[in-house]
Amino acid sequence: MMDAGRHPRIKLMTYSEVTAVSGYMGNYKATIKTRPRYIREDLCVGCLQCIEACVFKKPKFPDEFNMGLGMRKPVYLPFPQATPQVPLIDPENCLQLKTGKCKQACAGACERKAVDFEQKEVVQEVQVGTIIVATGFKTFDPHKVPYYGYGKYPNVYTALEAERLVSASGPTEGEVVLRDGRKPQTVGIIHCVGSRDEKTNRWCSRVCCMYSLKLAHLIKDHSGAKIYNFYIDMRTPGKGYEEFYNKLLEEGVHFVRGRVAEVTDWAIKPEEEGKLILRVEDTMIGQVRRVPVDMVVLSTGLEPQPDAAKVSALFGLSRSADGFFAEAHPKLRPVETNTDGVFLAGCAQGPRDVPDAVAHAGAAASMAIALLNKGEVTIAPTTAKVVREKCVGCGDCLPVCPYTAISRVEGKAEINPALCKGCGTCVATCPSGAIEGLHFTDEQLVAQIEGVLA
Amino acid sequence: MSAATEFDPKIVAFMCNWCTYAGADNAGVARLESPHNILAVRVMCSGRVSPEMVMRAFRSGADGVLVMGCHIGDCHYAAGNHRTAKRMPLLRNLLGYVGINPERMELAWVSAGEAPRFVEVTKAFAQKIRNLGPLAQEVTE
Repeated sequence: MMDAGRHPRIKLMTYSEVTAVSGYMGNYKATIKTRPRYIREDLCVGCLQCIEACVFKKPKFPDEFNMGLGMRKPVYLPFPQATPQVPLIDPENCLQLKTGKCKQACAGACERKAVDFEQKEVVQEVQVGTIIVATGFKTFDPHKVPYYGYGKYPNVYTALEAERLVSASGPTEGEVVLRDGRKPQTVGIIHCVGSRDEKTNRWCSRVCCMYSLKLAHLIKDHSGAKIYNFYIDMRTPGKGYEEFYNKLLEEGVHFVRGRVAEVTDWAIKPEEEGKLILRVEDTMIGQVRRVPVDMVVLSTGLEPQPDAAKVSALFGLSRSADGFFAEAHPKLRPVETNTDGVFLAGCAQGPRDVPDAVAHAGAAASMAIALLNKGEVTIAPTTAKVVREKCVGCGDCLPVCPYTAISRVEGKAEINPALCKGCGTCVATCPSGAIEGLHFTDEQLVAQIEGVLA
Repeated sequence: MSAATEFDPKIVAFMCNWCTYAGADNAGVARLESPHNILAVRVMCSGRVSPEMVMRAFRSGADGVLVMGCHIGDCHYAAGNHRTAKRMPLLRNLLGYVGINPERMELAWVSAGEAPRFVEVTKAFAQKIRNLGPLAQEVTE
């Protein structure tokens, strides 16, 4: 990320969104809206003295990056490795931005005078040749499976929350401490939450088995707790992954094959008092078990972003049945889309882990650069062509073209082949039969019809 | 076996390259069985299907014609299928005048991701045409 930020030929526009796109391959015009961060990127050097100086002496607002497990100030750096290293001010909580009454200690502390409370939203247009859509994924909301008790029992965590707990840069500096201050003696990790499930999402999210194993390893390492993994199938394809699974088996992590039915605090045995009980059928021994634990981790699956429909309309993308953006071909064109010059990278196209996302992104970047480097584009030969002698200049074709590729020149229609995508709507519209859809001419279609009917 | 079940209709299906043709392809990849009566003619967009083409298909011996494209709003060419949506019902109304049962022509939207729907639509249409019997018989009657 840092490398991309420093690269002289890469311009990062963070805290921004594309609001409109027009044009075509090699010639796109994108409208980009940049939200104000109230700290000028061109002046800030990332010393973070503004955060230190903020009138809120103690961080008291939930930190989004730490899933609300830690606190931050109104002026903050989203996470330690954030690129660019420029803090931002949260207008909802900043006294100056909310009430206009603050002694502005952050601005006073900034030697570079980078704090700017007057900053406004900036809308700009940029010319680009190609576009890569890498909008990522959203994790499954475990509130949708209430039988696992997320939001009801404080010691039920999502995998991302657990990840922040075991991270050395997290709110507890890597110490596994529950919301009630206890350290867990036993931990249950439930796989496939919002994956491979008729009721929620049917697909396998691909990454959960491996991150569950990683969490199992780290939680065991950091707390010495006894770990149970509840899985349907262990899916560990990838270099070194199966070996990691075997290592965990040797470490003494417990694996129970079966989908957990519910998480409850209803104790029926004395040893279950004060614990969360996982009710599960262990399909290896063919018995229903009650496993009491102190902490439950839900391995939530991957979903398309909630605004995927909006993004797909913006860039002219199609989506597969699961809602992720559709590639041009599932096997042979995995990074291209049906819109020329627009490519996909990472989980926007479907769930994948980091090495696969990096490979996918590399492929998308290569495709985009290859297209630009050529300097000229190869267009499909399936364009429409006007036979001037037959054209009577009625103009019926002009409004039907979705690409405004047809114009009237000297009283007759003319088609710009660079703009024409060859849909053939004008061909079917022309009352005098003066437009030929190359490779899909009337003669060819009739021959095909007669051929299949013969 | 009665004559009605023996009748094996020929159905010309115009499929748009981006949605239905890909959907049909996916149905094949997924090993879903679609009726053998469906004879695919690929066009770049359902908007390319002129009324003349549908009539040519009937004249050349088709017992039914399916025109299939992307769902409204999903067209690869933004609005090509809007033209189809306007054109085909009009043509359907006119079919009766030339002695062809309008039921023999249908417009259906099937996206690339809807392989099961492709099978569903084609099976239902093939069954409908099978019940209607051969077009030649209908026209001579």
